[in-house]
Amino acid sequence: MTEDSVKIKAEGLNIAYGSNVLMQNLNFEIKKGDIFIIMGGSGCGKSSLLRLLTGLKSVDEGKIWIDGVRFDNAEPAQKKKIMQNCGILYQSGALFSSMTLAENVAMPLQQYTNYSDDLIKDLVAFKLALVGLKGYEDFYPAEISGGMKKRAGLARALALDPDILYFDEPSAGLDPVSSKLLDDLILEINKSLGTTIVIITHELSSIFAIGKDSIFLDAETKTISAYGNPKELLKNPPNKNVLHFLSGGKK
Amino acid sequence: MALDFLLTQKVLTITADGDLRDYDNQEQLNALYQNLEKSHKVCFDGKSLQRWNSCLAAAFYQIILRAKAKNIEVDTTELPNDLQNLITLALTVDRKPKGKEGKNWGFLEDLGDSGLRMLEGIKKSWAFLGDTIKSLGRFFTGRAVLRRVDFEFALADCGYKAIGIVSLVSFMVGLILAFVGALQLKMFGAQIYIASLVAIGMTRIMGAIMAGIIMAGRTGASYAATIGTMQVNEEVDALKTLGLPVTDFLVLPRLLSLIITMPFLTMWADIMGMIGGATVAILMLDISAPQYWVYSIKAFELTNFLVGVFHGFMYGIIISCCGCYYGVNCGRNADSVGWATTKAVVSSIVIMIVATGILTSILEALGI
Repeated sequence: MTEDSVKIKAEGLNIAYGSNVLMQNLNFEIKKGDIFIIMGGSGCGKSSLLRLLTGLKSVDEGKIWIDGVRFDNAEPAQKKKIMQNCGILYQSGALFSSMTLAENVAMPLQQYTNYSDDLIKDLVAFKLALVGLKGYEDFYPAEISGGMKKRAGLARALALDPDILYFDEPSAGLDPVSSKLLDDLILEINKSLGTTIVIITHELSSIFAIGKDSIFLDAETKTISAYGNPKELLKNPPNKNVLHFLSGGKK
Repeated sequence: MALDFLLTQKVLTITADGDLRDYDNQEQLNALYQNLEKSHKVCFDGKSLQRWNSCLAAAFYQIILRAKAKNIEVDTTELPNDLQNLITLALTVDRKPKGKEGKNWGFLEDLGDSGLRMLEGIKKSWAFLGDTIKSLGRFFTGRAVLRRVDFEFALADCGYKAIGIVSLVSFMVGLILAFVGALQLKMFGAQIYIASLVAIGMTRIMGAIMAGIIMAGRTGASYAATIGTMQVNEEVDALKTLGLPVTDFLVLPRLLSLIITMPFLTMWADIMGMIGGATVAILMLDISAPQYWVYSIKAFELTNFLVGVFHGFMYGIIISCCGCYYGVNCGRNADSVGWATTKAVVSSIVIMIVATGILTSILEALGI
């Protein structure tokens, strides 16, 4: 992989809470335009890794580069600039409950661009339509379902046309149909906008449906024990833990 | 490098050329919309389009929406595939919400609705009070599901942990009371009666009111926020489905703690208020400490003191009930917790003041 084609690079990354080490020496690269899955069992440190990649948790040991720029020890202003190119969809959508969906999506546009009010209105309508929420502009988060909240959260994450989109358990709490719709949407966004997508999940159907590359965080060995396309990994599992996980717990 | 449009023979051709990232020309779009009205077909030409982002996609999406609304034919085949895909995706799902059920009521209907909601609120609060009394009944008969650790935690929280703030505020109130009184009494050379003024004022009512207001803001708000957050996290639902009485588990430890601590906090506030008064008297009015002590003792009456302590006891019930009631009846989002907290504090203070007024009238009538 050439340096130019790498969007995110992690080197020697440790995930620890005090003396409790969850993962150590994580090394991986995420290609531009990839759909990269970070998978593993519950409690292995997937969400903590996302917090490291998004700067919500400081890195104790290891290095992270985004677009060739060192991210983990960047100055706050630099970090903020990098994060403007990243969208994050949290597990629950994390919409601001006192704002309508339109206000939620418009907020990053008002904060970071000089677009006219008319353009912001058009962009909000477009982003909400993209996620299948046309006409829901004036609804408050409390007035829509969990799946809709996630999609509205995605519309907000997409507001600034980010280069990287992080998803934290996108399928959690969704019925299979809504989950499939969200997977299709992720694929379409990746295809149309070329967005690099990083997904934290343990939903096998999503992993196989959309994942181009993946890493498996092994709670037993406390490091990455598989790296590659999920379907390939199922065909040629490097160890029994990966096989056990990717086959849905079958012995 | 721009966006152009041309209307020929009722066909509107929109040509996108070069780098059109951050396209934000609303004047041009308005002119385009006007031309759209006169056309029968819209053709997009993006063969020379090099770079674009969502701003252009949003503009094209709006044009297509308007065209579709007027049954105008749209041809997007000359647009880059990724842009076409994106616009198609936005147009694919067209599930319009039913719309919010707007209440188009007149004044009388609104008034009636407010009345009904108020009635509902009163019913709810009566039910809550009933549950709390039943819970107390279970406690005194040893049948309440009350965790000792919860009670001890609540007792510590509104007990010794509250002494600092109660001391500071009561001391300052005693100081202010003495200072304001001194200005008037000094004119008649009667400044020695500052001691009596502060002693009577603090023990009869001011100590209890200050302790009550502090505890409403500190502990009542915390009760509403804690139980409200439990409601948001579905912990209250879990208690109900486990068959555990919510009042036993959540209200009782808090109610008992405040009932026990409020009289003591009131007594402490009385003492601190009198020390505040003494500070002003000794430092500013040249009254000696023994003199102040003698006049304070002279003015001190057990009846006043007990009335103050009873007020504290009553405020303990009001604050805990308001805090827990608004917490238990909190909504399911972050805003609701804020609303519950505000309502708990405001209601506690209003009910405390109203109850004080009623109790004072009764005591006056009884000659106490």
